[in-house]
Amino acid sequence: MIEVEHLTKRFGHNTAVDNISFTVKKGEVLGFLGPNGAGKSTTMRMITGYIPPTDGKISVDGADVVNAPIVAKAKIGYLPEAAPLYADMTVVAFLRFMAELRGKGEEDVERALDTCFLDPVRNQNIDTLSKGYRHRTCLAQSILHDPDILILDEPTDGLDPNQKQEVRSLIKRMGEGKVIIFSTHILEEVEAACTRAIIIDQGRVVADGTPDELKARSRGAGAVAVRITGMAGSGIRSELAGLSGAADVLGDDKGENGFIGKVLPAKSGDSLSKEIFELCKQKQLVLEELHVEPGRLDDVFREITVADTSLSE
Amino acid sequence: MSAPRNIWIIFKRELKAQFNSMLAYVFIVIFVVLAMALTFWFRNFFDPGAQDASLEFTFFLWPAWLLMFLAPAVGMRLWSEEHRTGTVELLLTMPMAPWQAIVGKFLAGLAVITIAIICSFPIVITVSYLGDPDNGKVIGGYLATFLYGAACLAITCSVSAFTRSVVACLIISVTICFLMLLLAVPPVQDYFTDILGGKLSDAISSLSMFSHYNDIKRGVVTLPNIAFFASLIGFCLFLTSIVIKTKRS
Repeated sequence: MIEVEHLTKRFGHNTAVDNISFTVKKGEVLGFLGPNGAGKSTTMRMITGYIPPTDGKISVDGADVVNAPIVAKAKIGYLPEAAPLYADMTVVAFLRFMAELRGKGEEDVERALDTCFLDPVRNQNIDTLSKGYRHRTCLAQSILHDPDILILDEPTDGLDPNQKQEVRSLIKRMGEGKVIIFSTHILEEVEAACTRAIIIDQGRVVADGTPDELKARSRGAGAVAVRITGMAGSGIRSELAGLSGAADVLGDDKGENGFIGKVLPAKSGDSLSKEIFELCKQKQLVLEELHVEPGRLDDVFREITVADTSLSE
Repeated sequence: MSAPRNIWIIFKRELKAQFNSMLAYVFIVIFVVLAMALTFWFRNFFDPGAQDASLEFTFFLWPAWLLMFLAPAVGMRLWSEEHRTGTVELLLTMPMAPWQAIVGKFLAGLAVITIAIICSFPIVITVSYLGDPDNGKVIGGYLATFLYGAACLAITCSVSAFTRSVVACLIISVTICFLMLLLAVPPVQDYFTDILGGKLSDAISSLSMFSHYNDIKRGVVTLPNIAFFASLIGFCLFLTSIVIKTKRS
């Protein structure tokens, strides 16, 4: 549905987006992650046709954004960052205006009002709305024409936890038959709503995969958290460190009360937990707790983006 | 979607915004009140020794000066406000060509100016009642005022595309309109004649909106006069589209 090839954007000498390529297929909800100024918004603005690319090609459902902008724009619903609105209009007048520009009618306006829970404020002036309602009004204009492609730039920014949850479930619900790209700083959001995530840093794609695949890349992924008793803590620690699959042992010795901590695997996919279990059986230790950690997205995010920043410095 | 339809949709919204913000009412009232007050008080409209019943030297003397300030006031928020609030991003990601938005907005501003000009029509009725004005000059006067207002608005439109500050847009636009008026004022003309010679000085003063305004006002509705305003408006709207495009990249 969306094909981005070698996309580059330079503002003067500053390269905001540097040779990015990716494809998004129907039914995918793609999370765009990255630190501030990484090029997320610029990339999204180029896909929506707002900013022309310096180089590269974007095709939206077969329509080239640069050469056939009107065809491409008709297929896209876009929620810009900061959700801009015409403050002098009422919610319903604003949505009618946007619907008219998209060649849509009253029933589409009603549907959008309904989907975004805007009915209580429909006749209210936009400048009197709370931030949550303003955000939802802008989101409503992006779904007026029931687009196949939705580009949402930080759709949950500035919302309270309940509203965030609402928007996330909305994204998830709509994502089934569409392509959705949304950018965020909030990593739980990616786990909650995305089928795939791309991490962008300094204008380049530094990671691309499902949230689970990305998590598996974190240093903590596959670490086995244990609580073992039946021997002095230091003894257990040295036994654990001696395992062939263990790279490192972190945690607290509890003196005579055993050991609580984590064993980091030497290689991912190793049967470290099995080794620990065998060790306990053999040494007659009591294995009170054992679980394998799946890794954390914010660890991956930090490792990738920080490593990258320090490299460039 | 067709271009006229898109222009119409933008036009409607913008016109409503002008009236919602009270700006349009303020503009119309100030224009009509000042035009009348200046006509009756400063030009001794009822003076028995006045030249004739014509409106040329009384009523139609003022619109150029009024519109120089008021047309920028109508046009100042056309694009500045879009840039300031970020709504330009919504507008330009709609499935329409940017020029359609530019024309729609311009026409909405022009509609406000036109309404104000029409509201001054009672003066013509008054003069017709009192005497026998030259209808050709009345039509010429109104046409000149309309074109002059449109030109000032088009200048403001392109300035507003440059800046997100409404106040800056107003000041810069008024200054440009004032300078374009000045080019045909005799002392300025003499100055240019002194330093540049007659031909260049003539060329410069022909760029002044005031001389073309005066020609049309007198009933000299010639192609060059109309073409001057048409090309000035066309150029300013084209400049607006260039500025909007380069601002994005």
